[in-house]
Amino acid sequence: MTESVPILKIGTTLLVSIQVDLQDDTALQLQEDLADRITRTGARGVIIDISGLEIVDSFIGRMLAAVAAISRVLDAQTVVVGMRPAVAITMVELGLSLGGVRTALDVERGLAMLEPDEESAEDVLLAAAAEREQR
Amino acid sequence: MPPVAMQSLAQILTDHADAVRSAWITAVADELRGRTSRGELEREQADIFDALVEGLQRGGERIGDEPFDQLRGILSDVSSARARLGFTPRETAVGVFALKEGLYGLSAQGVTTDVTPLLRLVDELGLFTFESFAAAREAIIVEQSEQLLELSTPVVKIWEGVVAVPLVGTLDSARTQVVMETLLNTLVETGSAHAIIDITGVPAVDTQVAQHLLKTVVAARLMGAECTISGIRPQIAQTIVALGIEFGDIRTRATLADALVDALRSDRRTAATVLA
Repeated sequence: MTESVPILKIGTTLLVSIQVDLQDDTALQLQEDLADRITRTGARGVIIDISGLEIVDSFIGRMLAAVAAISRVLDAQTVVVGMRPAVAITMVELGLSLGGVRTALDVERGLAMLEPDEESAEDVLLAAAAEREQR
Repeated sequence: MPPVAMQSLAQILTDHADAVRSAWITAVADELRGRTSRGELEREQADIFDALVEGLQRGGERIGDEPFDQLRGILSDVSSARARLGFTPRETAVGVFALKEGLYGLSAQGVTTDVTPLLRLVDELGLFTFESFAAAREAIIVEQSEQLLELSTPVVKIWEGVVAVPLVGTLDSARTQVVMETLLNTLVETGSAHAIIDITGVPAVDTQVAQHLLKTVVAARLMGAECTISGIRPQIAQTIVALGIEFGDIRTRATLADALVDALRSDRRTAATVLA
């Protein structure tokens, strides 16, 4: 039995805070759980806080990119936040780049990035229904 | 071999009809225990036996000969009926092969004639039964896949200007063709600017299925309609990413509801731009 990383839901955003270095299977589990939760909750954004990570190896890097790709298919955006300077330097030196993943300094800025700039689903449906009645 | 021999064999069969048939039916009943009633088996066997004797009397030697036309008809009816009832090939073929049990018993009853031609004929009958069985199975499969094709491609209008195709089952090129045609036709008929392809009922998405989906979306776009793929389950999202399938700028949504809201939203946006 592997430990699983908790996924918190704030509005239409899912927040994952990774506090300790991940085992490979925990990382894969997280990837599955996230896909599950996005579909179930209809979340529009995913924030992955990696401020607790001291090492990001190629496996974790690939996992982050995969999560971003999966959420894109499910119409959610992914932001990776809180990368430590040392981690960033190592990653650059190792030639690892998080292709296709957006990043932000901290959770707050990440949340701001994901702020919905469009009306909510309910508003759209209500407006369309009203319009239909007028006709 | 002169036809006379076959006719004398027919005579032997008629003379020992009771013994042959009872050994035959016991062997079949053993194999089909519980699958069918003894009375039914007896009726079936009486038909086969009579047709066989008659064919022999009229000089038939091989199963393909004209005197055996009736026998072939009966056998193919019996085996296709069994195929439809879900009998196994073994259970079907044994109905004919067990006739040999009766023929083996003949020598014990003092018959000295060589019955080898009859045994050979029974083998041919058995093979024929099996062929009919397989043909009936094939026919069932073809029938079912046609039904499936018709059943599985409804296009529903879910809002003014929005149509959806809920796909159920695996996508192959034949189905893609049907889906594409019905979808595009409905787009024109209903004057819809949005199409949603819902793949909740598609068990797996591999590169080929994705290819088919992409084709449909591109075709809809060529007609000036916006096409969204919805109903992507978590596992499927993972497979898509793992296989490196690129949907490019095609919109994908988790649920049909999301896709609908999205279509309405983009409608409003267009309306706003036009008004401005």
